Amino acid sequence: MNLFVLLAIAAAMVLVQFGVTRWVKLNLLAWMGIWWVALWAAFSYGINPPLPNSIIVLFMAIITIALVAYLSADNEELKQAQESIGRFMVTRQYRVALLIVMFLIPAAVAAWTFSSMNQAPQPPSSGRTIHPPPPSSITFQGTSINLTTANNPLRELQHTDEAAFAEHVASGRRIYFENCFYCHGDNMEGAGMFAHGYDPLPANFNDATTIAMLQESYLFWRIAKGAPGLPSESTPWSSAMPAWEDFLTEEEIWEVIIFLYEFTGFEPRAQGMPH
Amino acid sequence: MLTIDRRSWLLRIPLGILALVLVALCAEPAWAGPQEADPEYRALPFISSRVLMWAVAELHLMFAAFVLAVPIFALVIEYIGYKTGDRRYDQLAYDFTKLLSVSFSFTATLGALLTFGLIVFYPALTQYLVKIFSWTFLPYVLLFFLEAFFLYAYYYGWGKLPPRLHLFLGVMLNIVGTAIMFIANAWLTFMNTPNGIDEMGNLTNLWEAINNYIWMPINIHRIIANVAFGGAIGAAYGAFKFLGAKTLEARAHYDWMGYIGIFVAICALLPLPFAGYWLGVEIYAYDQSLGITLMGGTFSWLFIVQAVLIGNLFLAANYYLWLSMARIPGAERFRGFIKYLLGIITLCFIVWATPHSLVATVEEARAMGGAHHPILNVLGVMSAKNTAVNLLILTTYVSFLLYRRANKEATVSWAKTGNWIQFGIFAAVVIYVVFLGVYGYFVDAQTRIGLSQPQVMSVLFAMVSVTVIDIFLFKNAKSRGEIVWGKISARSQYALFFLAITFTWLMGLMGYVRAGMRQHWHVYGVVRDTSVDAFTPTLGYAGGVVSAIVIVFFLLIAIVFFLAGLAGRKDWEPKSGSRWSKAEASATVDS
Repeated sequence: MNLFVLLAIAAAMVLVQFGVTRWVKLNLLAWMGIWWVALWAAFSYGINPPLPNSIIVLFMAIITIALVAYLSADNEELKQAQESIGRFMVTRQYRVALLIVMFLIPAAVAAWTFSSMNQAPQPPSSGRTIHPPPPSSITFQGTSINLTTANNPLRELQHTDEAAFAEHVASGRRIYFENCFYCHGDNMEGAGMFAHGYDPLPANFNDATTIAMLQESYLFWRIAKGAPGLPSESTPWSSAMPAWEDFLTEEEIWEVIIFLYEFTGFEPRAQGMPH
Repeated sequence: MLTIDRRSWLLRIPLGILALVLVALCAEPAWAGPQEADPEYRALPFISSRVLMWAVAELHLMFAAFVLAVPIFALVIEYIGYKTGDRRYDQLAYDFTKLLSVSFSFTATLGALLTFGLIVFYPALTQYLVKIFSWTFLPYVLLFFLEAFFLYAYYYGWGKLPPRLHLFLGVMLNIVGTAIMFIANAWLTFMNTPNGIDEMGNLTNLWEAINNYIWMPINIHRIIANVAFGGAIGAAYGAFKFLGAKTLEARAHYDWMGYIGIFVAICALLPLPFAGYWLGVEIYAYDQSLGITLMGGTFSWLFIVQAVLIGNLFLAANYYLWLSMARIPGAERFRGFIKYLLGIITLCFIVWATPHSLVATVEEARAMGGAHHPILNVLGVMSAKNTAVNLLILTTYVSFLLYRRANKEATVSWAKTGNWIQFGIFAAVVIYVVFLGVYGYFVDAQTRIGLSQPQVMSVLFAMVSVTVIDIFLFKNAKSRGEIVWGKISARSQYALFFLAITFTWLMGLMGYVRAGMRQHWHVYGVVRDTSVDAFTPTLGYAGGVVSAIVIVFFLLIAIVFFLAGLAGRKDWEPKSGSRWSKAEASATVDS
């Protein structure tokens, strides 16, 4: 958050409410304009890192709809707003202001067009960071594994043999730091030493929407098959993940999976359930 | 003037063209090469057979939803009229029912077209589904026959049969209609989550095939969604008639009809997100691949579109209620609350519509450190969404509560205490819902999913308990004046149109998701799609197709409105001086 900007916007709103209105009576249209600008400024400059333009457009569209709904939800308010626009358009005393507005609107459009046409070329926007859907089964080193029913065989040790489970976690830690941390980072936030070279960035396992939402068999598939094993549906995919089945055994992959959950503190998503 | 013969020739020309078109459409195209004995698919020359079937199925579904929903609330309204003796309710129920007969014919025609289309264009798939569900077809046909009987008896028997018998017909119509839907739902849900079959796809247990993972969630979801949809279309009919009304009495009646229709729609809309949530849980439970494709994969962006549409639905519903206050003396007391309600709705709308992975340029993504914004990320997950939707529902309920008490003044001695208790319940539930939403960030996925239940239950508790208190609070209340039906701006009626169109569009989009999540499977994991259309349409393309379907639906529903409107018109009379009036006059003289 950019607190300084947010406080400045809040202070300006307070000033309008308790200061400006002593000298000038603001009608509903003016208030709507003030709110619109204040919220736009808050979204554009009050949040750090800045929001993508697509999100600002989405938020402002919702706010515009809401403000128009408010204005037109009362017949009297709407009538007053219509009358004030009419007065502005036809009353002699506003002629200069009207001319300025008539100049400013096309000038603003022209300025926006000029600035958007003059920007340096950019790669296209990417709005596609999604989980690939896993196949129902895979072949791992000659053995077929059903991903719908497969469970981590080490998971039950968590309750039956804690010492053995801890050993597997330690083994998973060793495997992770030997193979994975170069990209996924030592804190698993996807900021390893190679991460800056990738687009998209490696997955952040601390994010509540990555491993915390997935079953362990899903992680097994992604680790074992990597980018070459991504499905043919929903393409194109963009991933530099190696297929670790060529380097790790089945047990080693399950070990690194339990380490990921132990380190982040998340629980894997359970299989099946309702019906 | 045309002679009979010449006219029949002129008629033959379009019929001949139509026959030629049908032959051209159904015949195997010459360029298709040598014909196989049993083709898996057949193609059309000018349009993809999948798009055609998509449109026919969706239109069939929309009309079927309407035909199933209207009898539910028409029956309730008729029953209220019967119990209270107020003839207006009876007339209102009849006005809704008038829309049914033509809609029923459209539903049946589109259903037949869908069946023929499946047989012609997807013979292998149809054959497989027939093999699995052959035992369900006979009951389906019998029920359909009964549906036709009860529907026409209900419609034509209005005012002609004893009230209790008529109500009984309405009950039977609803039971039979629901049973038909349950059977059809078994076929389509089996395609998503097949069950009761062996590894080769052979049937092992018919009941398990019917009662597959998403059968009951879809049944429940569709009953509720149908009522919401039917209410919205009924309200649009009221709006249509209101805008064309020539008398104050007609305006008042159709204003009331629009209000009742949208009241029904909003009541059904409130629990709908929870039914949808149950459906999602079952899909994920059946196969994580389906769940991921749906919510975290290919279709995840469609749910942002859905959120925007549902946010607009809630906003428009509240907007209509606020405009409706213009017809109630005393409602101006509550004007001040609107800005706060709108603030909460806007905030919840923004939270609900915030995507988890954002559309960003490379520079923007680098500034954020990835596709996820560190602050907005918090709003993109289920805990935030659930909290937002619960608060949206509660806010809409508050709007309705204000509307309800607009012209009333409580006279009971404990009025002040009652208000404070109601406020306390709201405050406690809001705090509880927000607390659970925040708590959801600190627990595992399984627990987080479970938290949605207490959130829902607490909101339901608030709505039920506050309503009960309100009923007693305003018993023998002092009235500030009667509601002046018909005294409402035209904007409110356009809001009703907006709600009906948005509901329909949403329904079409959700139909695309439900079928599309199977991706390259006709029956998921069992019958693979090997046609030229074995790809998932992009969201943009699907949006275009669904929009076209919605336009066709409203053109058809306009015909329904027009035909239903004919029932109340005066008999046609010839203009004086026309050949009809002369013939009539000479016939009178002759007699």
